[in-house]
Amino acid sequence: MLDAFQDFFRAFAADHPAWNFVFFYEERQWGQVISGLWMTIKLSVVCVIFSVIIGIVGAAMQGSNSRVVRGIVNAYIQFFRNTPPFVQLLFFYFALGSFTPTYSPDGWLEIPIISNVGWAIISLSFFAGAFNVEIFRAGVEAVPESTQEASEALGFTRMQTFGYIVLPLALRVSIPSLNNNLVNLVKTTTQAFVIAVPELLYESITIWNDFPSAQNPMMLVLFVAYLSLVGILVMGMNSWERSMRIPGYGV
Amino acid sequence: MTWTPDHPIVSIRDVEKSFGTLKVLKGISMDVMKGEVICIIGPSGSGKSTLIRCINALNDIQGGSITVEGQEVHDHKLDKLALRRKVGMVFQQYNLFPHKTALENIMMAPVKVLKEDKAKVAERARSLLKKVRLEGKEDSYPGELSGGQQQRVAIARSLAMNPDVMLFDEVTAALDPETVKEVLVTIKDLAAEGMTCILVTHEMGFAREVADHIYFTDKGVIVEHGPPTTFFDNAKDPRTKEFLSQIL
Repeated sequence: MLDAFQDFFRAFAADHPAWNFVFFYEERQWGQVISGLWMTIKLSVVCVIFSVIIGIVGAAMQGSNSRVVRGIVNAYIQFFRNTPPFVQLLFFYFALGSFTPTYSPDGWLEIPIISNVGWAIISLSFFAGAFNVEIFRAGVEAVPESTQEASEALGFTRMQTFGYIVLPLALRVSIPSLNNNLVNLVKTTTQAFVIAVPELLYESITIWNDFPSAQNPMMLVLFVAYLSLVGILVMGMNSWERSMRIPGYGV
Repeated sequence: MTWTPDHPIVSIRDVEKSFGTLKVLKGISMDVMKGEVICIIGPSGSGKSTLIRCINALNDIQGGSITVEGQEVHDHKLDKLALRRKVGMVFQQYNLFPHKTALENIMMAPVKVLKEDKAKVAERARSLLKKVRLEGKEDSYPGELSGGQQQRVAIARSLAMNPDVMLFDEVTAALDPETVKEVLVTIKDLAAEGMTCILVTHEMGFAREVADHIYFTDKGVIVEHGPPTTFFDNAKDPRTKEFLSQIL
């Protein structure tokens, strides 16, 4: 069965030189596609989680009484929102990466404690996090002042008010914009390519450098993979939105 | 000085409050004894709401002093939680938490703020709902309740903290005439049980019936005050007379 499958694509590549689905009959390239896809999924999931946490913490800090705290959050947003993520990745990996300590397992090699994958996660999370802060802030501003006042009058601290009342309401307002930003984040993980993170784009290009005849099939793989990943994310977000719907409430 | 019930539970002395350059309270004084029901009436913008919001430190003051059970409210070292356990507040717009059911709205503060046992709080919350005549609405969300019902949940939510003083800020102003009554009945029950209540209200009939003492404010000062019968039938100040003649 598997042999017949592999033979079919081997013959197909021979007949159609521009459509060499090499990963369907060569184990090594199949492994590259799978490990690239897995890395992309890992990057996406971890960055989505961190960027949402950064967004929530940032939005909470923007509500602070301290002008210094608000200033720091704003500076962070300006920097990460207004510069290209591509440049940020380069900056984190090459500029900051050169200052981070290294360790040596065998006395010869020097391995930095933060790998290129680590830097990609940090860089992309902060990039998407900057947008998330703004998204959550819009949600926070949609929560009436009077609702927060009622919570204060019941003895809730500012932090409790944010956590129990403001955030759950703000989230519901924020989900549609958050949706957009997280979709963008998943797509932006391809830029980790620039610091040699072996995600799907990196592996695809490696494959078509080895097999130029596999370029078209690899592009097809990329499109199908991202369409599916983003599709799953959006479906998840939509069902989350539905599960948070409040009977009789406008949002 | 520790407070004893023979002293005013709420004591307001020469309170001044400004929003920017606008002076809203220009030296207000009043004493409220435990178990008393006080109604503050007066035209819009006279500072009534601002005054009662100062009592639980939702607004700060620029001059004078406010004490609750002998404790200065506008002290920087004040434990706001301790104050807000003593003073409950109900708002004009109910301000329920829209993402929580009626029962959860009532339970939230005792569980999260006072760290009380959830099962015990649930029991108390149910009996409070019964008390405000909303049995069977435990699992309704605020958006599914009428204005009057929401307001009664809000009253129950405040009572769940076992306050010593209740503040009511125009709690019937957003309601239609029929539902006004159900809320007023609830407040009347509370007053009858001996709860100290301070109300800002436009319900003159209710004030007359329930209040022990009426304060009339205008332009940031107390123009006149007295027990309801004297106040409504023998008002002395021309400004009070004018106001009453337009309402009654």
